[in-house]
Amino acid sequence: MEEDTNNIQRRAPVAAAEAKTKGPLDWLATNLFRIAISLFVPLVTLAVLYAGFLFLRNSHASKGIVAIVAIAWGVGGVALLYFVSNWLVEKLGDTWRARIQPFVFVGPAVAILFWYLAFPSLRTFYLSLFDRTGTTFVGLDNYVAVFTNRNMFTAFRNNILLWIPFGALFTVVFGLIVAVLADRSKFDRVAKAFIFMPMAISMVGAGVIWNMIYAVNPNIGLLNAVYTGLTGNAPIAWKASAELAPWNNLFLILVMIWLQTGFAMTLFSAAIKGIPGDLLEAARVDGATELQVFFKIMLPSISGTIITVTTTVIIFTLKIFDVVQVMTGGQFSTQVIATQFYREYFTNQNSGFGSAIAIVLLISVVPVMIYNLKQFNEREAF
Amino acid sequence: MTAQTATRKKRRIGWGQIFVNVALILLVLAWTIPTIGLLVSSFRTRFDIQTSGWWTVFPHREWTTVLEFQPGAEVDRDGIMTFEGASGTFEAFRAGMTSPDGDKRIIWIGNKRIGRVVVQEQQWTRGNHDFTTQNYQEVLGGRTYTLQQPDGSTVTVQGTNFVGAFLNSLIVTVPATVIPILIAAFAAYGFAWMKFPGRKVLFIMVVAMLVVPLQIALVPILKDYVTLNLNGTFLGVWLAHTGFGLPLATYLLFNYISTIPRDILESAFIDGASHFTIFTRLILPLSVPALASFAIFQFLWVWNDYLIALIFIGSKPDVQVLTQRIAEMVGSRGNDWHLLTAGAFVSMVLPLIVFFSLQRFFVRGLMAGSVKG
Repeated sequence: MEEDTNNIQRRAPVAAAEAKTKGPLDWLATNLFRIAISLFVPLVTLAVLYAGFLFLRNSHASKGIVAIVAIAWGVGGVALLYFVSNWLVEKLGDTWRARIQPFVFVGPAVAILFWYLAFPSLRTFYLSLFDRTGTTFVGLDNYVAVFTNRNMFTAFRNNILLWIPFGALFTVVFGLIVAVLADRSKFDRVAKAFIFMPMAISMVGAGVIWNMIYAVNPNIGLLNAVYTGLTGNAPIAWKASAELAPWNNLFLILVMIWLQTGFAMTLFSAAIKGIPGDLLEAARVDGATELQVFFKIMLPSISGTIITVTTTVIIFTLKIFDVVQVMTGGQFSTQVIATQFYREYFTNQNSGFGSAIAIVLLISVVPVMIYNLKQFNEREAF
Repeated sequence: MTAQTATRKKRRIGWGQIFVNVALILLVLAWTIPTIGLLVSSFRTRFDIQTSGWWTVFPHREWTTVLEFQPGAEVDRDGIMTFEGASGTFEAFRAGMTSPDGDKRIIWIGNKRIGRVVVQEQQWTRGNHDFTTQNYQEVLGGRTYTLQQPDGSTVTVQGTNFVGAFLNSLIVTVPATVIPILIAAFAAYGFAWMKFPGRKVLFIMVVAMLVVPLQIALVPILKDYVTLNLNGTFLGVWLAHTGFGLPLATYLLFNYISTIPRDILESAFIDGASHFTIFTRLILPLSVPALASFAIFQFLWVWNDYLIALIFIGSKPDVQVLTQRIAEMVGSRGNDWHLLTAGAFVSMVLPLIVFFSLQRFFVRGLMAGSVKG
């Protein structure tokens, strides 16, 4: 690496001297063909990609053909763009190649990130200072509204007082229980696979699964079948009932716990395996009960992992959207910050208010996220 | 490590081991029953789903009619009647009476004058096994229905075509998985092994983007898309997933690629290989475990995504993906459980196959991806 850059620097003056001895016209004449090719290839590439885009946008071909073309176009197109731009850069002299090539490598990523995340954050903040149509400057009025609006108040209550404590608590508790039990069992692999499986299911799919469990008809809803069977009372609309509010939120939170426990369990399992066996053995030899071993040795040893899981679940719950949107649409006092954002911006068409909610969401997520990233840095990702 | 866990497991055989396994089985059951319910229901007829729980497919005890007769005219329907040893008024029998020994249930069905009496006993049944694939045919087939409008005209309505939505999900997912990984791998290599001004600053900015929740970017991007006419196109969705997946992908792949031993690269440079050659011939093959883990995470993320599809694809029916189609069905046909369950299961098939066949990569990918904004 070091050597390579040195080489380039040494060679550079030589190339410049060569260029000076010949006139610019001579250089142009000898390189005309190369320049033409250099322009021709990217133009053809772009033309082919554009033709592909038009085909995909306007095509009435069968779905299968469109699928194949789309996948080939999308994946191949990006690879082709890298290949062609690199080919162009390698045609340049050593100096310019060394200067430009890094930007061929990192440029696309940086450009996309700026377009999709950096600028939008600023633009959303800017929009949040304007009224619903984005034309009149209103200062911080939208933020005042965010913190005084009654629906937003419910959303904050649900997100912060219900989703975070209950979601985090039960995800950690169930994850720990499964991890500890699996550590002692011969069937740990199978058991862990089944607990982890919900993570493969979309939140929309999970919404359907749990909608069925909570269905009012006791012939469909398992929960009501058990409830009516045991008590003889009339069935209850568990998630969609104003009488149960705010506790109907718990039935939505349960879905998230179901989805996330596998994640917690996997982290805890790894952490428990990392506790030195002699430590546990020594405690047991000294007559410690299993409960004492768990509370006095295991818990302190994996406290770091517990914090990681908790912060991850907090971030996840702060941004929760799909589960609520599919199961209740944010009605029956189950709205959360993200569904309010969707409702205000897209349903009520209030761009200022919606943007302000998004900014509040950003501000509430950032500190937890930074903390989580620090933790994440410490545990090896792969 | 394995020896250690082995001794740990050997230590307690007996009641402790039994307790552990029973508790574990109960938890596993609690976690799988919801999914089993969905799977079982998706194979039951519409009528069965509405009239009996999915759990009745398993052998169970239920009230079975053993005797049914019409009481003669001599029975005084306004006074106290006695059937099978149970006595009561018409109203009491109408609500259901239990025989003195408790094994029989006597119910009066129909009206007072010509109604019948049914005697039931708790009996084991082998369960209701009338399974059908009709739901899947209906969900996948995309039949067209002709509806008569109130004004007499007819309208042809496209049924729920999940094959189309499934293909759309594939079209969205495959490039939206490969493109960010490719771009991120190039960038990770650039940041790890190339020298250029502003390298550190740019890299810190990329990592900083990890904290931005994607909700914040939706509105401005949507505006750009409307201007560029990208709204509702596959390209638009791919780029959106690429943008939102890039910070994490770059960060993870950088962590991996930057730890590849220096000597391997240096010897390649001495042999005169260019950066591009080293990247494609050396770095990419060496990074396969990291690439695979992230690919699975991104695949699942995109396949299961609802929010991005909802906003950038919107209501264009020929581009809609599975999650949107199901969410729409929940809204419009929330009680058509025979279709909902089949549709939901169609959307889960691919992720579940990936999960059970590539479990190791899958778990690693999801663990690494858990910090995604």
